[in-house]
Amino acid sequence: MTKIPLQFRHNGRDVAIFVDGGTNLLVALRELIGDITPKFGCGQGGCGTCSVLIDGELHLSCLTLAETVSGRSIETLDGMKQGPNLHPLQRAFADNFAAQCGYCTPGMLMAAKALLDRNPSPSRAEVVEAISGNICRCTGYEPIINAILAAAGGRVSA
Amino acid sequence: MAVTVKTFANASEAAGALSSDRSARYLGGGTLVMRALNEGDVSISTIVRAQDQALTRIEASGPRITLGAGVTFARVLAERDLAFLHAPARSIGGPAVRNMGTVGGNLFAPSPYGDFTVALLALDATIAVQGGFGSRDIPIEEFLQGRERQAGTLVLSVSCTRPASSEAFRYRKIARIKPKGGSVITLAAHLPVSGGRIAGARIALGSMAPTQIRARAAERALEGRSLDTATIAAAASAATEGTSPSDNALGSAWYRREIVGVHLRRLLSGQE
Repeated sequence: MTKIPLQFRHNGRDVAIFVDGGTNLLVALRELIGDITPKFGCGQGGCGTCSVLIDGELHLSCLTLAETVSGRSIETLDGMKQGPNLHPLQRAFADNFAAQCGYCTPGMLMAAKALLDRNPSPSRAEVVEAISGNICRCTGYEPIINAILAAAGGRVSA
Repeated sequence: MAVTVKTFANASEAAGALSSDRSARYLGGGTLVMRALNEGDVSISTIVRAQDQALTRIEASGPRITLGAGVTFARVLAERDLAFLHAPARSIGGPAVRNMGTVGGNLFAPSPYGDFTVALLALDATIAVQGGFGSRDIPIEEFLQGRERQAGTLVLSVSCTRPASSEAFRYRKIARIKPKGGSVITLAAHLPVSGGRIAGARIALGSMAPTQIRARAAERALEGRSLDTATIAAAASAATEGTSPSDNALGSAWYRREIVGVHLRRLLSGQE
């Protein structure tokens, strides 16, 4: 089976890889680019931990055919921190104890970023809606919601 | 197992590729086909794609609206002229699924999915499909009855007439998890009123049969009557007629039969 050449932007950096036909974006990111921040959860679109931004829009990388992102810009959690500093959302998650086992955290952070990029001061209901496709099996939703609201309100200790 | 991906510039070429290969599947938003590939579905050896702008077009200004098959639920929600379809679009998935899942793909989503199609069935939508020999329009009911045989055809668009008022079209999805969850049952009702009486009622149910179906006995109970308590009670008690729900993790067939009349009554009486 011939490999398909694929180029796209990954966290602001141009990357070029070869993928097999049918490879999903999650596999391409984790196994071919080495960005293991998006996690594999269900492979069905039910859990949200593989969430990434494609041209700024929240998508599930496990349900995205890798070659459909040719020429597009992908953001993952790996590109969220700004140099040595955590992104305000990451800081808020740490300060508000929003990560328990941590497996859902990459997807939660990307869903939260997708929300705040469009709506910098969301209501609590809008936050709940924004993370409704992301499952936390520790059921720690309250601290996650509080962390996102704290990041939006700027009440984040430096 | 690697599959062959064929990408075409226009929909008719894609339809040709789809109709000539039984192991080909059309890739829309990916929420069905990529899921099948992730689960190791070996019946798929070719993925067909089309980058045709016509497939993502929305015509929503007039009395009859048309949605390209590749229109996502997020785009339906962003369109003010499609307010009557916002409740069904919002009831699907989380934001990521709504950014990916498409109107055309939803026609093929098996129970407990396919909520948008329940709304389209109540609205008597027309499905434009393209096979190997050209395009044609199919009433949605006929499309759904032959859904298994539609695998070789490409859905181009769906169209329906805008309901006369927000009262005339109602939608309700019953899920155990809010705001997102698979459907226990889904209901939609189109209730055109003429001279104070219902004329041409259509009630559609999801997760009450292998495909979305109409509750014809309940429709008959409404026809030619005003929407009063006695009429609503008659429709609700007829809601299970012709249904054949199955058991799944979200609810048993027995439970679905028990609640469908209750929720139809609430839908028709405008209760939350």
